[in-house]
Amino acid sequence: MLPGFKNLKVITLTYFEFLNEHGITLLLGTVTTVKVLVCSMILYVIISMIFGLMRLSKNILIQGIATVYIEFFRGTSLLVQLFWAYYVLPFFGISLEAFTAGVVALGLNFGAYGAEIVRAGILAVPRGQWEAAHALNFTSYKRIKRIIIPQIFPIILPPAANLTVELLKATALVALVTVVDLTFEAKQINSITWLSAQCFGTALLIYYIMARFALVPFLRWLELLAARKVGKEKI
Amino acid sequence: MEMGWRWDFAIEILPKMAIATFNTILAAGVGYAIALIVGLFFLLGQRTPSKIINWINRELVEFIRSTPLLIQLFFVYFVLPQFGITLSAWVCGMITIGLHFGTYLSEVYRGALEGVSKTQWEACRALNFSTIYTYRRIVLPQAFPIAIPGMGNYLVGIFKDTPLLSTIGVAELFHAATAVGGYNYRYLEPYTIVGVIFLTLSIPAAMWVRKLEKDVNKAQGKIKK
Repeated sequence: MLPGFKNLKVITLTYFEFLNEHGITLLLGTVTTVKVLVCSMILYVIISMIFGLMRLSKNILIQGIATVYIEFFRGTSLLVQLFWAYYVLPFFGISLEAFTAGVVALGLNFGAYGAEIVRAGILAVPRGQWEAAHALNFTSYKRIKRIIIPQIFPIILPPAANLTVELLKATALVALVTVVDLTFEAKQINSITWLSAQCFGTALLIYYIMARFALVPFLRWLELLAARKVGKEKI
Repeated sequence: MEMGWRWDFAIEILPKMAIATFNTILAAGVGYAIALIVGLFFLLGQRTPSKIINWINRELVEFIRSTPLLIQLFFVYFVLPQFGITLSAWVCGMITIGLHFGTYLSEVYRGALEGVSKTQWEACRALNFSTIYTYRRIVLPQAFPIAIPGMGNYLVGIFKDTPLLSTIGVAELFHAATAVGGYNYRYLEPYTIVGVIFLTLSIPAAMWVRKLEKDVNKAQGKIKK
């Protein structure tokens, strides 16, 4: 018999004991993961709005800043940015807490991707809407705020939803800068008990459940809401 | 400890980083090759007539896509030995990256195949071509250009995810930077150099992909504004 099968029996027998003992720890880690997710989500949405608009500015300086920012954060790896924020910034006298460093790095990284989505969304608003707003003598601020922004949501939400699921997955990386999240707890339990299948398997399951049964339905609901608001009912 | 940037230290560690860069590129290349093939298998699972296989395939792809690559790496690296399969960190990393990005690539393939007009299939049916012949001579040549931009994007994506391999001890660029940084208690230069290397490699790659996308659109007669 393969050695694996004997192990499999042991694993299934002890799984409930494992949950009994370490379930709470993993759940606490999950709470931190959710906190990281929510904070970085808020940050990345704000950043992508600002830089998406800046990217379309006629002012070359503003557009240049946005382009450099986007290319920089899309061009380097998230993990590098994360370590940079946590280990290198102290060299410049800026010491961030692990949680803050994680949220800032995630927000900046995903903000760069989000800005491109926002830019594409704004460009996708029909020209006639701009012209009509212009003809009605709206100021450029009012035109953006009242006419263009409400219309971009149905366009940008589907790609933004994909990006947000990616963000949930990316929050696992903050464990590497010592944020005590789900991944960190799973790693910790693994190093104590060596029940790798149980702890990493459970962690994978929790991430899967969070994405599939919480985050994705929420984002679908947002999409529906946005579509309804501009009168574009979707299935 | 000196606070500012130290050029002598940066230059001293540069050769080490250059060698590790080679490893990173190798990892990205091998991982990508595996992902391309794995993607084909997922595509196959998607297109078989059996409903059960379709369902299993879909759920599996969904599961792999919505869980973090990092934990998948840990899972493969730590769990397989429990079942008597001991693989090196390199092999584990390549398998995991291949599986993870294979699911994404299968979506790219699917999109490309669906991008080929249905009438092409009907015409082939009318001409009594076999399925294999239809794929080989009619559908794939048309689907491939559609898939190129997506495929290119994921090559860049894999390249940017290779630093994760350092967590299981693959000696790539980021691993080297952490090792050098830990040894000298200086993280400023190693991590900055890593960032610069990533930028200099991935920005041209991304630009190349964008150009490919434009060329493909042009070749298909779809000129974007």
